[in-house]
Amino acid sequence: MSEELSFTLDGRRIPFQDGQTVMDAALAAGIYIPHLCFNPDFAPHGSCRVCLVKVNSRFQASCTTPAADGLAVQSETEELREIRRGILQMLFVEGNHVCPACEKSGACQLQAVAYYVGMLNPHFSHFYPRRPVDASHSEAVIDFNRCILCELCVRASRDVDGKNIFAVQGRGIEAHLVVNTPSGKLGATNFSIHDKAAQVCPTGAILTKHQGYNTPIGQRLYDRKPISVVGDVAHLPESRGGRRHD
Amino acid sequence: MAEPQSSALTETVCDIVQRHSGMPTRLLQILRDVQDQLTWLAPETLDQVAQELGISPNKVHSVAEFYSFLYTAPRGCYDILFSDNITDRMLGNRELLHYLCDRLKVDIGETRADGTVTVGTTSCTGMCDQGPAALVNGYTLTRLDQTRLDRIAELVESRMPLEQWPPEFFEVSSNIRRADILLGRHFADGAALRAVLKRGAAVILEEMVKSGLRGQGGAGFKSAAKWISCRDAPGDVKYVVCNADEGEPGTFKDRVLMQDFADLVFEGMTLCGRVIGAEHGFVYLRGEYRYLLPSLKATLQRRREAGLLGNGILGDPTFNFDIDIHLGAGAYVCGEESALIESLEGKHGVPRIRPPFPTTHGYLNKPTVVNNVETFATTAKIAVEGGDWFASRGTLESKGTKLLSLSGDCERPGIYEYPFGVTVRRVLEDCGARDAQGIQMAGPAGHMISAKQFDRRICFEDLATGGSFMVFDQSRDILDGIRNFAHFFVHESCGFCTPCRVGTSLMRDLVIKVHTGHGTLYDLDEMRNLGRIMQVSCHCGLGQTAPNPVLDSLEQFPEAYEQRLRATTFEPAFDLNAALEEARQISGRTDAGAYLLDEDLLLIGAMP
Repeated sequence: MSEELSFTLDGRRIPFQDGQTVMDAALAAGIYIPHLCFNPDFAPHGSCRVCLVKVNSRFQASCTTPAADGLAVQSETEELREIRRGILQMLFVEGNHVCPACEKSGACQLQAVAYYVGMLNPHFSHFYPRRPVDASHSEAVIDFNRCILCELCVRASRDVDGKNIFAVQGRGIEAHLVVNTPSGKLGATNFSIHDKAAQVCPTGAILTKHQGYNTPIGQRLYDRKPISVVGDVAHLPESRGGRRHD
Repeated sequence: MAEPQSSALTETVCDIVQRHSGMPTRLLQILRDVQDQLTWLAPETLDQVAQELGISPNKVHSVAEFYSFLYTAPRGCYDILFSDNITDRMLGNRELLHYLCDRLKVDIGETRADGTVTVGTTSCTGMCDQGPAALVNGYTLTRLDQTRLDRIAELVESRMPLEQWPPEFFEVSSNIRRADILLGRHFADGAALRAVLKRGAAVILEEMVKSGLRGQGGAGFKSAAKWISCRDAPGDVKYVVCNADEGEPGTFKDRVLMQDFADLVFEGMTLCGRVIGAEHGFVYLRGEYRYLLPSLKATLQRRREAGLLGNGILGDPTFNFDIDIHLGAGAYVCGEESALIESLEGKHGVPRIRPPFPTTHGYLNKPTVVNNVETFATTAKIAVEGGDWFASRGTLESKGTKLLSLSGDCERPGIYEYPFGVTVRRVLEDCGARDAQGIQMAGPAGHMISAKQFDRRICFEDLATGGSFMVFDQSRDILDGIRNFAHFFVHESCGFCTPCRVGTSLMRDLVIKVHTGHGTLYDLDEMRNLGRIMQVSCHCGLGQTAPNPVLDSLEQFPEAYEQRLRATTFEPAFDLNAALEEARQISGRTDAGAYLLDEDLLLIGAMP
């Protein structure tokens, strides 16, 4: 009678409940689908496109695709790895991501997902945009060069912190993260490192000041195990290299 | 000093916001009106609008930054934008643009120091059959030539108000060259509404099902299915939205319908309202068609007075429906129905996640039917003449007729209505295109076909189209068109998803590299790979179709690419010498040792 609802993911049966997306159900079953703009604490956004899967014969973002009984979903195929790699490479050339010089290296979700999908170089021509660094706040620094427009800080600040500090403005390749003050400076806001918005960035765009290189290279979050085993930065306790959760 | 100015600003903004009943959904309309008065939207102006509406300033700034026709930097009193579609280029718009800039002593895209004038370019303005075209302060100028530009330069220099410019400069012809059942037969205003009152909504829907009508915007979803889904969706409040955001370059058939057949379109919308149980409709009119606004408003008023719109339509107290017109502001992506709805709600136009679809969660999350202009006009005819009548034309899967917008290299550009299934060759013969080498069908997002394929048929089974049909004759360089389209998609990407935001720029750079003779076979493979990623991974149809012109032309016109390739396997995407310029400036070096010679480049393998 009450047959359990399920779909297959790379041939494996995944049970799900009504209302879950393919991503939700996969996570619940302990299966990793690479992602950047997705965070289970927030409504799916579907903008980074890294979590692309093939549903029956159509390509769809797993974070926004409702799970349905009997779907055949592919994720870990060479075809999808290649597409995901291309998308990661686009993110790397769009901004200025200099891993060896970045404090976040080794504990960066963007870097870890890039390794996961087998990205070994940026491949495309770099855009080298000119973007500022905002160190006006006493506790945090924003390096806009590393922003990938996932809007997690926008959503966290608006929906959880109730501060509405961040926004994305501009169209197309001109789209960019802004701080909602007349000066555009984080120092002029009531931002705090205890905010949810300070803990969700999947790159090194929002960093806590005064604690640089506390964890040596080689012992960082993703230095020994891949992100598929370790999980997202935002969901790990600080003791395990994740973000501060007060 | 500052005090009276700022209170004047407050008063201006306050008046305009009040005129729009202080509704945040009217934000885009409010910003348009404010800009009409102040020529641009300064940060303090935007903050004032936010305050008057009681919404967060960043929302207002986001909207202002998103739309091409909203300006967050000072603009001239005369804002002249040349339409820059490939068809305008074929007619010599670039030469005219430079000519006008020289006459007015202003650089392209800049505002003259005295604040009199700005001259720039914009995406296709939908005047491909009477270009080169431009907009001045949002109003359409057609058939530009040097004589006309001489006169325009004088009018600008003497600061002549637009109302006193020669009316013929603004004349827009309909150029209907071939009419069939939609354009050809007389329609008595109110006939479809009388039919639905007499026969009932359910019977009319049956006729719609029988007709087999599919969305004429190009996607081809069955219109009856959409109406039924919306009718059956839970909720008391529902909406009808007419998509008149005709942004696909080369398309202008909706412009002609709105200009000459507005009654038919409004009648179709009102009919839809009766069938699905909606009392409110919107026309989302693209900003480029602003010139139509007065006549459309007059038509709406006339229909209200004739009892065909408003409360108690045709004397039936249960038949209430009215229509508002929203004006867009230069954003192709708003032609995507969910982005259009976002824009209608006063937001920036980013396509929504689907499902849910608009028929259940549309405008203000209420069930909404969004149909194209041509679709609504056709439904009014079907209500009167019946589904079988309509379905007797066309093919098995594509019933009825289609309006095509013909432009480019042909003797008689304009609107042609054909039964679905007509061959490309027949269309070319009718419009006097004797020497065609290729057609861009359905706009840049559609397909490029070569002479080998001219026997293909225009219908959903073969070549689906929203109506754009741009002819390239043998004298044209196909890559000129491809480069133009690649620029278009960079400009029109909303920036939400990675593969479209970044991919459109990467694709444009590759096209330029090949077009300027720096490409290699490797770059053609790069285009194919990038195009494939974009097609499958982008969030909406804009990004998914953006690589089409490149991919199609690589297949159909390989020689256009190959004849430009360098005889080498690889060339870097950047000019090494130019990349050193900044370092030279910082170090103040101008000596020969600071420059790379060709021999040096050879040595490091950066040149063949």
